[in-house]
Amino acid sequence: MSKRSIEILVGLFVLLGLAGIVFLALKAANLTTLSNGETYPLVARFDNIGGLKARAPVRSAGVVVGRITGISLDPKTFQGVVSLEIKRGFDFPKDTSAKILTAGLLGDQYVGLEPGGDTANLAPGDTIKQTQSAVVLENLIGQFLFNKAAEAGSGSASGADAGGKKP
Amino acid sequence: MNAIAALGARTLRVLQGWGHAALFFLGLLRVLPQSLRRFGLVVVQMHAIGNRSLLIILASGLAVGFVLALQLYNTLITFGAAESLGLVVNLTLVRELGPVVTALLFAGRAGTSLTAEIGLMKAGEQLAAMELMAIDPRARVLAPRFLAGILSMPLLAALFSAIGILGAWLVGVGLIGLDGGNFWSIQQNGVDVWRDVANGIIKSAVFGVICTFVALYQGYETEATPEGVAYATTRTVVLSSLAVLGMDFILTALMFSTR
Repeated sequence: MSKRSIEILVGLFVLLGLAGIVFLALKAANLTTLSNGETYPLVARFDNIGGLKARAPVRSAGVVVGRITGISLDPKTFQGVVSLEIKRGFDFPKDTSAKILTAGLLGDQYVGLEPGGDTANLAPGDTIKQTQSAVVLENLIGQFLFNKAAEAGSGSASGADAGGKKP
Repeated sequence: MNAIAALGARTLRVLQGWGHAALFFLGLLRVLPQSLRRFGLVVVQMHAIGNRSLLIILASGLAVGFVLALQLYNTLITFGAAESLGLVVNLTLVRELGPVVTALLFAGRAGTSLTAEIGLMKAGEQLAAMELMAIDPRARVLAPRFLAGILSMPLLAALFSAIGILGAWLVGVGLIGLDGGNFWSIQQNGVDVWRDVANGIIKSAVFGVICTFVALYQGYETEATPEGVAYATTRTVVLSSLAVLGMDFILTALMFSTR
């Protein structure tokens, strides 16, 4: 095989390999969804962030408007401090509320923003005042069991009372 | 007393072997820049190492993608999570199977041919003849092959993963009938370019260094007999496979352990 055809074949191989890397980066990973547009920061404090993770999406009306950049614990109030990064152009009113929601029954958790009616908008760096913590499934089940047990207990107690009143 | 002496001799021999290999590696790194000056040699070696491994890499990647998609679908459907088939296949391939299986195939396909070639050069005293002509055989023969191996491996591993994901797409979307848009968008949500794709490429570059080095070292240090070359070729496959698997565990622990 001549030197030139070998060079062409190797060039094709390298191009094919690079095309593979580009395919992995663009089609099969998040390079296209990485927003390199302008963003502004917001902070939200939650009593319980549940399973929220950094880089989870921030949605409003189901549309992704930003990402979570960091999660930390406030050492004074023992609240979870979630830093959000919202795309510029999406301005939210001052009384916007933030909720931690779950995509589907067992899906990933994300922060949902529900805009209020205030005429003034949140400025970069502001803290969202109204927040609703994540629903922790264990607490929910615990509450349910507790209620059931309480109902059952009161039911049998009243039954015993009724029996006791009979002459 | 004899047993203690035997143990000591064995330990010394093993340590000597490791030291010899390490010095050989350093020497190879020192002459590596010289191969850049004669890049034509590297191109020829990339043809021998990379292009000729392409068929087996692509065929294996496609088969692995097919099989992964079929098997994982059966399990995922019981959890109602069949839509994330693409994501699971993608992470499996990009993080682990792509680099590792490519390295194992590379050791079998390209490593053995490197060892046999250099071993026979040594048996035919071509390397000694070069030294007589004041040509460093490490710079002229080994370095271009080393560089070609290091350059080829990440490209081959990326192609393995890419064709595997395409294979999973063919099975998942084409055969099983999952939604094509979801197949890709769930992957784009779950796979990070730097954490997953870039780490996979780094992994495969490290495996390229390991596989090519083991092959070259075994060939260069072979006993210059037919049995010696046969033995060295076998050792190339065994040693590079074990080194790749061990190194993979270390790299995975460093790269993907909980943050």
